[in-house]
Amino acid sequence: MKQRQMAFEAQNSGNPKKRSLRAIGLGFRRGNGPWLFREVTLEIRPGEIVGLTGPSGRGKTTLGRLLSGYDHPSEGKVLLGNEVISHTDDAGYHPVQMVFQHPERAVNPRWRLRRIVSEGWQPDASFLHMLGIETDWLDRWPNELSGGELQRICIARALGPETRFLIADEMTAMLDAITQAQIWHNVLHIVRERQIGVLVISHDVHLLHRLCDRMLNGLF
Amino acid sequence: MNLRLRALLTVIVASVLLIVIAVWGTLIPVEQMETRLELRNLPPSISHPFGTDWLGRDMLQRTLKGLSVSIQVGLAGAACSALIATVLGLAAATLGKAADRLVSWLIDLFLSVPHLVTLILIAFVSGGGMRGVIIAVALTHWPNLARIVRAEAMQVMTADYVAISRRLGRSRRWIAWHHVFPHLWPQVLVGFLLLFPHAILHEAAISFLGLGLSPHEPAVGIILSESMRYLSTGMWWLAVFPGLCLLIIVRMFDRLGEQLRLLTDPRHARL
Repeated sequence: MKQRQMAFEAQNSGNPKKRSLRAIGLGFRRGNGPWLFREVTLEIRPGEIVGLTGPSGRGKTTLGRLLSGYDHPSEGKVLLGNEVISHTDDAGYHPVQMVFQHPERAVNPRWRLRRIVSEGWQPDASFLHMLGIETDWLDRWPNELSGGELQRICIARALGPETRFLIADEMTAMLDAITQAQIWHNVLHIVRERQIGVLVISHDVHLLHRLCDRMLNGLF
Repeated sequence: MNLRLRALLTVIVASVLLIVIAVWGTLIPVEQMETRLELRNLPPSISHPFGTDWLGRDMLQRTLKGLSVSIQVGLAGAACSALIATVLGLAAATLGKAADRLVSWLIDLFLSVPHLVTLILIAFVSGGGMRGVIIAVALTHWPNLARIVRAEAMQVMTADYVAISRRLGRSRRWIAWHHVFPHLWPQVLVGFLLLFPHAILHEAAISFLGLGLSPHEPAVGIILSESMRYLSTGMWWLAVFPGLCLLIIVRMFDRLGEQLRLLTDPRHARL
């Protein structure tokens, strides 16, 4: 046990690619309202695919937002390796990227897709092809693409070279089974290759069992 | 003819007319306005549709010239005002709480003082003349538009893609310009056009009060204030025609702005 702990510390202080994402005693509430959740502690290692499910309204999405820096935890902290990253307003590429459930709200309707997909980094044609994105989509506007197509764009945008962890919040919930399978197949391929850790938040237990190395149980 | 086409036509006709008047006025040669004492105080006729004044100058030419000057001053003033409103409104919405508080305070400050008072003060301090009037108009007309811009920008700032942009490492200034501004320019354009009538009327007002343009620049305000002395002698045409023209121009800009708003506002789906 001790040995494992030491091995973990060594891992976390060294190569940035080998740092894991940890949440320690996370709690969240709005203002002085009731606690949405408290004392959530979890760890996701690089390259690991972890599933999270639970009833609606218990804070799964909020947990994802805390991990990826969209909201500030009311208590506890989020660590990447040994560094705290639970700030919300610092500039700079966030190593934990989140993909939302509704892609149409996650893109600026007045931008062309070429600009949207390259907002954080410059994906090349082969990368886009891997996610099933056709190059001629890139000259179109967001309202000219379907939800599934837009979601691929959002995934491509989130998978920049500095991304170490991906939070997939109901990422494929609004897609049909075939598209869902295609997208996850491609994402898993990229994620394994780059050793990106993934937190899959979903109501679809079968999907989680297919995708994940392990499940986070007893959080909510 | 459907409503959209009619709105478009109104916009095009009004803008062409305004541009023609503005350009035409600047092209009128000085000789057309020289004093010809043998033609003093003529009432409107075929050769002088707007009559002549007490120095024998043709009032039609003077009015055109005056309208042109007024349009130019109004355009410059409204443009500067719209620019100030856009920059401050955007800054308030995007650069954090401190910036927002500062801008809101400034807006309240300018709104709490009557327009004309600030206008006169600023025009007086900056020494009058064309430059003074433009500065005064620009510095007093932005608060209403700034409020609108701020509210619109704040709405855009709540969008998911703005939050995502932050996580992708974009700065607030970058987001303000690239994400928020493209949503604002229809508002800014319409706001600018609706500012124009205010600008032109206030320009006329302070020129009338003697704090604006100097007498040798025949702005409509100057023409009206000079004609005051001759009205009691029965020379009604000195004030009526220039005044009417000013009203028509102002109304035209107003309609132009309204129609443009109808065209760009998605809530008016019937267009």
